[in-house]
Amino acid sequence: MTLSTLPRQIVGLGAVALVGLILALDLAATGTPDLFDAPSALALGSGQAPSGAHCTAQ
Amino acid sequence: MFLRRAFVIALILFAPLFGLVMAGPRAGLLIAIGIGFGLVLEGLRFGFAGPWRMIVAERDGRGLLAQFLAIGLVASVAFPLLAAHGGELSPAHAPIGLGMVLGAFVFGAAMQLVMGCGSGTLVNAGSGNLVGLIALLGFIGGSFAGSLHLGWWTGLASLPVLSLQGLFGANGGLVVTLAGLAALAALVIWRAAPGKRLPPVRLWWAAALIAALALANLVVAGQPWGIVYGLGLWGAKIAQAGGADLAASGFWANPGNAERLNASLLTDVTSLTSIGLVLGAFAVMRLRANPGAPAQALTARSYVLVLLAGLVLGYSARMAFGCNVGAFFSGISTGSLHGWVWLAAAFAGSTLGLKLRPVILRPAAQPKGAFA
Repeated sequence: MTLSTLPRQIVGLGAVALVGLILALDLAATGTPDLFDAPSALALGSGQAPSGAHCTAQ
Repeated sequence: MFLRRAFVIALILFAPLFGLVMAGPRAGLLIAIGIGFGLVLEGLRFGFAGPWRMIVAERDGRGLLAQFLAIGLVASVAFPLLAAHGGELSPAHAPIGLGMVLGAFVFGAAMQLVMGCGSGTLVNAGSGNLVGLIALLGFIGGSFAGSLHLGWWTGLASLPVLSLQGLFGANGGLVVTLAGLAALAALVIWRAAPGKRLPPVRLWWAAALIAALALANLVVAGQPWGIVYGLGLWGAKIAQAGGADLAASGFWANPGNAERLNASLLTDVTSLTSIGLVLGAFAVMRLRANPGAPAQALTARSYVLVLLAGLVLGYSARMAFGCNVGAFFSGISTGSLHGWVWLAAAFAGSTLGLKLRPVILRPAAQPKGAFA
């Protein structure tokens, strides 16, 4: 089996593993978020300004 | 079969629960919304790069019309929401500039080379397409690299941020947006070949579901659906873990971005939906009775070029203040004039990319005796 004939199942699992690896490395570096600081479930109605960053950020 | 399906269903149920337990209800909801995007995009085959190719190459306008429908549906709800709750929800507004236009043009070309846009790259990777996975690696690196030079690009020549709400008011902006989408739809219908003008039921459903998910994203996250920021953040975190000092970077020294860089990815809204998107696409592929044949084998040189095209895709998306999702879909649906300019520039680039594709993506030679 060569790289180019890898079945879709393996490649898809590789993508999931890549995301999982990035997340795990990040959790190891930054630690888990403080749940007491967690924002409310919905931004709408929270009374708080949006704090996330978007692709339009400069 | 049963065990495989049970594993996949457990995975897509576990992921939002993981977000909920680790980072709170908003994180859990955003992962669930991202999974929804992945399920719809892969399951109902709703895409962005493909329809842009099909209207040019095959005069098939059905996918493009579904895109306009989804954007129009989101705009119809998002404009009033943003007007009434401006303190809690923010639109995807960005300035029009030379670097932004150039970035959108290059992005359009690159997305035809890797056969996927921002969301398409994530969907392709999750659904087991090797080109998508390789392009995703490039996209992460490219959007991070683009963030390092964004200040230079925006300094070339740039207008202030212009929105249709600012120009025509909330109601007027919505009317202009819907009229613009209707005019484009009419153009597509006129251009499309007979029999390729009316989207099939599948795409009507997909457009409605994508619109519902995009609105859910806005209500939960407080901002529209986006992808590029999260992937650039992943690249920045990897670079930082490798010892890079990003304090000197204008972009990452910005207080908002510095906060994201030092906080968990589970608190970054664009990362959460992108993680969910990959999981959703993976789930659809694994739940199918037949996941499909591997993507067509390419020459080693072509895979290297796909990686480079992924880098260019990410870099140019950063220059353009978003990809097909953050700039085109979310920009237009929340009133940003830059979304319309992005569409024009990226479509021109996409046409060029279609011409370059057969030159760059060369199929590997078939082994002797193999069926063509």
